[in-house]
Amino acid sequence: MLPWTIYLSFAGALAVLLVPQRRAGAARHVALVFALAGAACGFSGIFAYRPGQDLLVLTRVPWVPALGLEYLLAVDGLNLPLVWLTGLAAVAGVLFSWNVTDRPREFFALYLTLIGGVYGVFLSFDLFLLFFFYEVAIIPKYFLIAIWGSTRREYGAMKLALYSFLGSALVFLGILAVYAAVAQMTGTPNLDLAALARLDYPAGFQRWVFPLLFVGFAVLAGLWPLHTWAPTGHVAAPTAASMLLAGVVMKLGSYGALRAAVALFPAGLAAWQTPVAALAVTGIVYGALVALVQKDFKFVVGYSSVSHMGFVLLGLVAINELGLSGAVLQMFSHGVIAGLLFGVVGRMVYDRAHTRELDELAGLRLGRRLPFAAATFVLAGMASMGLPGFSGFVAELSVLLGAWEAWPTAAVITGAGIVVGAAYVLRAVQQAFFAVPVEAANPDPDGPLLEPISLPERVGALLLLAATLVVGLFPGVLLDYILPSAGALLETLRRVGIS
Amino acid sequence: MTKLPLLSLLTLIPLLGGVVVVSVGERRAAIARRLALAVAGITLLLAATLAARFEPGSGELQFVEKVRWIPALAVDYHLGVDGLGLLLILLTTLLVPFAMLAPGGPPHRAPLYRALMLFLEAGLLGTFTALNFFHWFLFWELSLIPAFFLIRLWGGTAGASAATQFFIYTLAGSVTMLLAFLAIFLAVGKFDFLELAELGRADRLTAHFNVNFGWYALPAETLTRLAFAGVFLGLAVKVPVMPFHTWLPATYAEAPTGVTMLLTGAMSKMGVYGFLRILVPIFPEQIRALQAPLLGLVVFTILFSAATAFAQRDLKRMLAYSSINHLGYCLLGLLAAASFAAPEARPTTEQAAALNGVLLQMLNHGLTAATLFACVGWLEQRSGGRRDLYDFGGLRRATPVFAGLMGIALFSSLGLPGLNGFVGEFLIFKGTFALAPWAAAAAVPGLLLTAVFLLTLMQRVFHGPLEPRWTALPDLTWRERLALAPAVALMFALGLWPQLVLTFTNATVVSLAEAWRTF
Repeated sequence: MLPWTIYLSFAGALAVLLVPQRRAGAARHVALVFALAGAACGFSGIFAYRPGQDLLVLTRVPWVPALGLEYLLAVDGLNLPLVWLTGLAAVAGVLFSWNVTDRPREFFALYLTLIGGVYGVFLSFDLFLLFFFYEVAIIPKYFLIAIWGSTRREYGAMKLALYSFLGSALVFLGILAVYAAVAQMTGTPNLDLAALARLDYPAGFQRWVFPLLFVGFAVLAGLWPLHTWAPTGHVAAPTAASMLLAGVVMKLGSYGALRAAVALFPAGLAAWQTPVAALAVTGIVYGALVALVQKDFKFVVGYSSVSHMGFVLLGLVAINELGLSGAVLQMFSHGVIAGLLFGVVGRMVYDRAHTRELDELAGLRLGRRLPFAAATFVLAGMASMGLPGFSGFVAELSVLLGAWEAWPTAAVITGAGIVVGAAYVLRAVQQAFFAVPVEAANPDPDGPLLEPISLPERVGALLLLAATLVVGLFPGVLLDYILPSAGALLETLRRVGIS
Repeated sequence: MTKLPLLSLLTLIPLLGGVVVVSVGERRAAIARRLALAVAGITLLLAATLAARFEPGSGELQFVEKVRWIPALAVDYHLGVDGLGLLLILLTTLLVPFAMLAPGGPPHRAPLYRALMLFLEAGLLGTFTALNFFHWFLFWELSLIPAFFLIRLWGGTAGASAATQFFIYTLAGSVTMLLAFLAIFLAVGKFDFLELAELGRADRLTAHFNVNFGWYALPAETLTRLAFAGVFLGLAVKVPVMPFHTWLPATYAEAPTGVTMLLTGAMSKMGVYGFLRILVPIFPEQIRALQAPLLGLVVFTILFSAATAFAQRDLKRMLAYSSINHLGYCLLGLLAAASFAAPEARPTTEQAAALNGVLLQMLNHGLTAATLFACVGWLEQRSGGRRDLYDFGGLRRATPVFAGLMGIALFSSLGLPGLNGFVGEFLIFKGTFALAPWAAAAAVPGLLLTAVFLLTLMQRVFHGPLEPRWTALPDLTWRERLALAPAVALMFALGLWPQLVLTFTNATVVSLAEAWRTF
């Protein structure tokens, strides 16, 4: 069932285009059905894959036999939670795009193409196939922003595309190098990730190919200082696209870095561990500090994504079970929370108030007029701060534990970042929802009637809130999958010869 | 019936009750108000049931619930109370209905206000019953959120900055505590307070740090001490110990009266509770090694806060500093008892006296400080928002009942024999004089200063010539008298018959002190 996540999403993209022009409004229903079906296929993975099991190969078909490329899909405890995340984000994204009236068929077709590409990246176990899906995901992202975006959308879309291609170029170079090295070492060209991980590459080779692949992928994960595409891209994107961008697409970067760099090159990892950790910690603190001074509500959330993705990158290079598991858990957690935050800011607030300037929102008394939006943002903000009870706490706790083990100083600096994180969330909550307006400047405190929060928005928000709460209170539902696979991955690393 | 998970219910009822109250909606605010009171009343009844079933002769943890939760992180759902926990549960459940009846109720969004109070209650009760760091920290942090919004949305003109300052200060403390506990977890692989205390008791924590956790070339002793400092900071901000108190005066002054009552009455006890349950049991050696500076800090807190209170004109700020002062006595007795390793098998009578005093003082301060804030709240409400020391005068004639009841609370606060404040402070000083004479002697001027500023307050507000504008000030209504009556009755009851509480605490105190003794 799991591969059908990919096929259903692409089929959905076609089906949406086939909706007749005069009933274009039905496109959203079609999209919702396919998103739900994809998510259901993803969750059916519970029956296919037991926690602690070895890698489960789903499909293995020769693709370009002459070059040794395969169409290989597989699942283990590290990518299954991310498939679930994609399902959740896809459904919530459609629900938050219920009000798209401008060319809805094209919108949802691109949207589902993007989802299909994302599922593909998470499930691929052939390095080239992974890269192929990775590229498939970038194209619709550009159009979604450039056509349906808001503030400076051409600029945001172009910047995002250029950064993505820069990363892709590095990755492509890295893949070619790996391909050549494998052909030389084994005689048979092959890019099966599981087989690649078992090879013992020369240390010198690892030292230069690791940064190519890691940094190439991590551009999309918002690695400081290559993060600048993220805030502008998020802000320019339409709500559903920014939910997917922060929620899922950034995870493509960190997932690629995990599978194609961390899991393959232990010596390279050991050589570059400390500089990467330093960049990750810088990103955590820098993102939080910059979020603290933003005037645009959406920029606050955009920079917070950079900060939270820093935790993922920090956990990835800690080389211990807790750090790695925490990184995967944080990918899931941040995906859900960022989706929620962007949903509130973009759909619930911006589509109604038509402004995202915190100073202007302060005069609108949104806390009273949109209590559901306020409550959702407060809960999502609590989750984003890493308060216990929400998924962010368990994830960041695990990453911090991993970091304490590897570099205690980094853990302490990260702790400061958490405090700043609380500060910017509080500031945004106060300004946007609970500011007391100056009465003279605003004679009509309740202003014109705002459209009440619609049912699809409520369902989407509750879906994501439930996800972060369940994982926060019972992290076992994901950790039972993640921990054994993370342990197995680390064991392979050690066997190939590393600390 | 005996299988009922009473402690889980105790936190769940206010939590779910809060959700129900907020969903009643603003249009039916009166229903929401009664509903909230009913939920608080049910919680109080449950706490009373707990007290009735509690075995006072045993110092063991009772009503224990333990379920595996996150095995990968050694996290259990582990609840239990001893005399200490029970006392604080009773205090919290008593204060919440009292605070709901407090003056200056919310002018707008009343259901949300009461729901947040119930959430705060749930957070407090969870903190006082949880025995696993993960679980405990959940409630410790979650209680911040309702408090933040209560101050932010219904606070005074500077409520916004006060709420943020309160939140960020406390959170910064929490993060250092979190980092310390993560280091401890990496060193020993445990999050359970009881298991960690077992290690601390045998002084094996340092040894574990030596083996399992390194930070450059720092020796294990230094690492353990850093972990101690992290936890200490988190708790010290909450109590607070000077100089980590700067968030407190503004917060107490800006928060609506009912919220201040809960903050000072119950939330400040979270810090003291943390000292008793976590800091001293896990780090007994570190406390002993740092005895002199820690006691010095506490004495400084006692003296400086009393002196600062003396210099205040805003009545709420004066009471806020007085609150810091009174909690200082708790820490004085606690540190004196902890820093002294008893040579005999049983804790010395001085240790027991000091610790019993600490527990009593927690209860007394909660009761008295909340009552005093309620009184100032009524004054503020009647006088159109005035609460300056020099605004009033001669109110004794205009509002005799109010003057009498507030007078009782003031005398209780300054420790008049026969009222509750006396017994706790007496026991603390009795114990501390034997265990750490210099600290006790140095802290005594604090008592004197407290008496001076509280008497000044009484004199300026209630005596002297009655200003004409206050002649028509209405006295307490029957409803308000009824709200105050239980608190004042308890002040007399505990003052005249402290045994009422000591039967619950004595066995706990003995087992606490025994657990702190190293082998």
